[in-house]
Amino acid sequence: MVDALQQFLQGIFGTVFPLVWVMLKIVLIIAPLLLGVAYLTFWERKVIGWMQVRIGPNRVGPWGLIQPIADGVKLLLKEIVIPSGANKGIFLIAPMFAFAPALAAWAVIPFNDTLLLASIDASLLYVMAITSIGVYGIILAGWSSNSKYAFLGGMRSAAQMISYEIAMGFALVVVLMVSNSLNLGDIVKSQGQGMFADNGLGFLSWNWLPLLPMFVVYLISIVAETNRAPFDMAEGESEIVGFHVEYSGMAFAVFFLAEYANMILVSALTAILFLGGWLSPVGFLPDSLFWLFGKITAVLFFFLWIRATFPRYRYDQIMRLGWKVFIPLCLVWLVVVGCWMMSPWNIWK
Amino acid sequence: MTLAEMSFVLPDLRPAAAEIFLLVMACAILLIDVFSKNPKRTMTFVLTQVTLLCCVFITFATSSAEITYTFSNMFVDDLMADFLKLLLYLTVLVVMFYSRAYMLERAPHATGEFFALTLFATLGMMVMISANHFVTVYLGLELLSLSLYAMVALNRDSVQATEAAMKYFVLGALASGLLLYGMSMIYGATGTLEITGVAERLAMGVANKTVLTLGLVFLVAGIAFKLGVVPFHMWIPDVYHGAPTAVTLLIGSAPKLAAFAIVMRMLVNGLIVLAVDWQQMLIILSVLSMAIGNLAAIAQTNLKRMLAYSAISHMGFMLLGIVTGVVGGDARYALNAYSSAMFYVVTYVITSAGTFGMILLLARSGFESDQLDDFKGLNKRSPWFAAIMMMLMFSMAGVPFFVGFFAKLSVLQAVVAAGYMWLAIAAVIFSLIGAYYYLRVVKLMYFDEPTDTSPIDAPFDIKLLMSANGLAVAVLGIFPQALMSLCAYSLLRSL
Amino acid sequence: MEFKTAVFYFLSAILVFASLRVITARNPVHAALNLILAFFSAAGVWALLQAEFLAISLILVYVGAVMVLFLFVVMMLDINLDRIREGFWSYLPLGAIVGLVMVAELGAVMAANYLGVLETDAPQAVAGASNTKDLGRLIYTDFVYPFELASVILLVAIVAAIAITYRGPKKTKYTDPAEQVRVRAKDRIRVLQMPAEKQD
Repeated sequence: MVDALQQFLQGIFGTVFPLVWVMLKIVLIIAPLLLGVAYLTFWERKVIGWMQVRIGPNRVGPWGLIQPIADGVKLLLKEIVIPSGANKGIFLIAPMFAFAPALAAWAVIPFNDTLLLASIDASLLYVMAITSIGVYGIILAGWSSNSKYAFLGGMRSAAQMISYEIAMGFALVVVLMVSNSLNLGDIVKSQGQGMFADNGLGFLSWNWLPLLPMFVVYLISIVAETNRAPFDMAEGESEIVGFHVEYSGMAFAVFFLAEYANMILVSALTAILFLGGWLSPVGFLPDSLFWLFGKITAVLFFFLWIRATFPRYRYDQIMRLGWKVFIPLCLVWLVVVGCWMMSPWNIWK
Repeated sequence: MTLAEMSFVLPDLRPAAAEIFLLVMACAILLIDVFSKNPKRTMTFVLTQVTLLCCVFITFATSSAEITYTFSNMFVDDLMADFLKLLLYLTVLVVMFYSRAYMLERAPHATGEFFALTLFATLGMMVMISANHFVTVYLGLELLSLSLYAMVALNRDSVQATEAAMKYFVLGALASGLLLYGMSMIYGATGTLEITGVAERLAMGVANKTVLTLGLVFLVAGIAFKLGVVPFHMWIPDVYHGAPTAVTLLIGSAPKLAAFAIVMRMLVNGLIVLAVDWQQMLIILSVLSMAIGNLAAIAQTNLKRMLAYSAISHMGFMLLGIVTGVVGGDARYALNAYSSAMFYVVTYVITSAGTFGMILLLARSGFESDQLDDFKGLNKRSPWFAAIMMMLMFSMAGVPFFVGFFAKLSVLQAVVAAGYMWLAIAAVIFSLIGAYYYLRVVKLMYFDEPTDTSPIDAPFDIKLLMSANGLAVAVLGIFPQALMSLCAYSLLRSL
Repeated sequence: MEFKTAVFYFLSAILVFASLRVITARNPVHAALNLILAFFSAAGVWALLQAEFLAISLILVYVGAVMVLFLFVVMMLDINLDRIREGFWSYLPLGAIVGLVMVAELGAVMAANYLGVLETDAPQAVAGASNTKDLGRLIYTDFVYPFELASVILLVAIVAAIAITYRGPKKTKYTDPAEQVRVRAKDRIRVLQMPAEKQD
């Protein structure tokens, strides 16, 4: 079917066909992603509602299903207020800086063996490099708002993101050590081997078990990295003001979308790096990209769950956790895994 | 063969044993210092000294008359390196002895770091001394410089020190940039960064001359910056003056050994084919340094600043020895010339350590004793230390028969042997001008009334070391031959 | 023109433009942002040369971390822009001369190269080789010595930063109960004798 489509399009576009084909693939990834972002917000409100014994949004459409669209329309119709003295160009570019990396990183995310936009050798590094750019959206937003509150909030969030990027990076170094590759597809494939996988219990061979401490560190770091509760210094409605305090209307909505797009992205990464990507947990079921979607959903649920459960950390506690607990822990575990791999009990041969 | 099929041969670690030991100990000392409760930092201090003594032993034990390369030819161990390293350890050891009380007084929270940073600086100098690769030269230099920048700023309440650190850092970074630019051009021309490799390629004569010369200009400028010779000397007076005296002592002594070593490694070992080109540049630098250093020193009222200009002139003088090694492709006098330069550096380091040590000895809490006037009538306060200071000053000035005299003499001999008569005459004239301000210090000590009559209350061990340092200058002046032949022998085995 | 060449010129044009803006932008934050753009374009050029690891680490390290801190500093500086600009025109002739001389020198070198004095072909990357892996292998074998030295330099930077900024333990607000008990009235209260003021 794909071949037929390819031939059909080649007939229409001729020489520019490769470009069109790539564009089409990009659209195929981005469009469901945006839909996912919209419904993630809805789902979040529902889940937290249930956890707090409320109903959640239920007015717009059947079971409230049209709610995200209504929200979007509302934000679109609102005025974008640009504060006086703000640096207008940067003020408007900043949300895009925050949003674009979350989309660009999907270029190398593999959905299964063959289904991905671009297979590059160092795709893990690519993801880390691209996501590290997201921090500019935050500091630029804070600075260009011409407001002390926004500026300090931006500093806070940016410092937090940079700090947790280090711990995250180290956790990933351990993953790439055991997989012997920087390619996300190879990392997934390497998780399909091992004693448990051979006996039909694939989920015990995935990285989360042998690298459990790194998995925990990574899981917590991504929460901090996306500025989500309980590390949501950026918002902190009740006690502290964040970087996007001066934003309104669609400009604010883009930050909002960026946060949720980032959540989906890091959940996808968690699924690929630690939870075996598209691999099936048990031998008697086939591998499929639905497993990947399921795992992403599970990690996303974890995000919502802890938001509804934990009280917010104080800023110095966040920094202490990142610098004084996670980074040393990662460094130690790095050495431990290194020794493990050199020892006769190496399980990743 | 692809990289994956390459097998890894563990490098021979023996030649670098001292470096490895020093690094391990420096890290250990850092940790021990964190947990040490003692406000006097005795543990840190003693461990630092023990480390250096052990290094002396290790270097001594692992030295051989052969030239050994290791770490894929990036590290070279020859007798010159061993000799310079031994001197380096001893200098740093003495420096730390002098500095301890001063640093405890002025930067009580950072004294432990002062020792650790000194060790790292020492490591940097050792790397420079043993470098056989432009990258390791650069890394050693950065390691040294970075430690020194921080140490200058340790006393951060002092505006002067902060300003000096800033100037040092900015100009040092610029110099590193120049050096790297030069190195990259030489790499472009020869296709290698290994110093012996560069020499081979140059000897084959395939390299592009334009690129090489341009690279050489930048390289020499970078080296000149680090040596502190005119016209790249701007940082020296400010840094010497602004830095805490203990740090000035360090900057003014041991790094000169390392600087000499990288000049030898890069220019003599690596770029000897281009000697004609770099010798011309060095002659200009050298004459300018001697002129400006000596003349500007006369106008100073601050002893540290005066010694800074004196350092500029001394480095200029030392370069004369390097300049006269190869004359018109004739390398007959090379050994003589280079060993005279080495001897000059070694004696300068000993003398300089003593002089700054004396300032430290006289300093006390809230009083720096770095003005010329502070030395007025020192003879009345302490005849012994006045005598020591006199010996140091005489040696600096090149009065016979102190060791500085023989250092100047041997360099001048080399200059004359190379046929640069005018250069020798200029050097003598500038030395005579220079003698004026050294002798002025002696005059102040012996013929003026003291403005400050408080007794010298330094601990006994420091007084002892100070005396030994001063006497060394005198004794080496009487028997210079031993040190001279050591320099000559170590160079003979290394070139 | 090959597609690759076109991309190269495109990236280079951005690179040159951004670099120019770094030094001409009036606002230091804009200058820093242009520097980021310049890094990006440079990374693109490297990626064209198949040095993907270098390209990505340029972005990861410089754009992702260094420039963020740089922006922090620039944003927090209270710079009076007009005062900085004052000397610009008077320095321009000198700067222009120095710049021209450097361009001329580099031009001479390049010209000498083009005239074929030195024939160097850029080595082609081996197909299928992962340069991340190869770099890692080289760094930990042939170049282990400079690599370790670089790490020592970073350690020194950390030590130096702490040594310069650390000022001893913070004074805590803890009060010693024993000391409080021992306090006598005369330690805390001073009774002043003042002459009564006359009302007039």
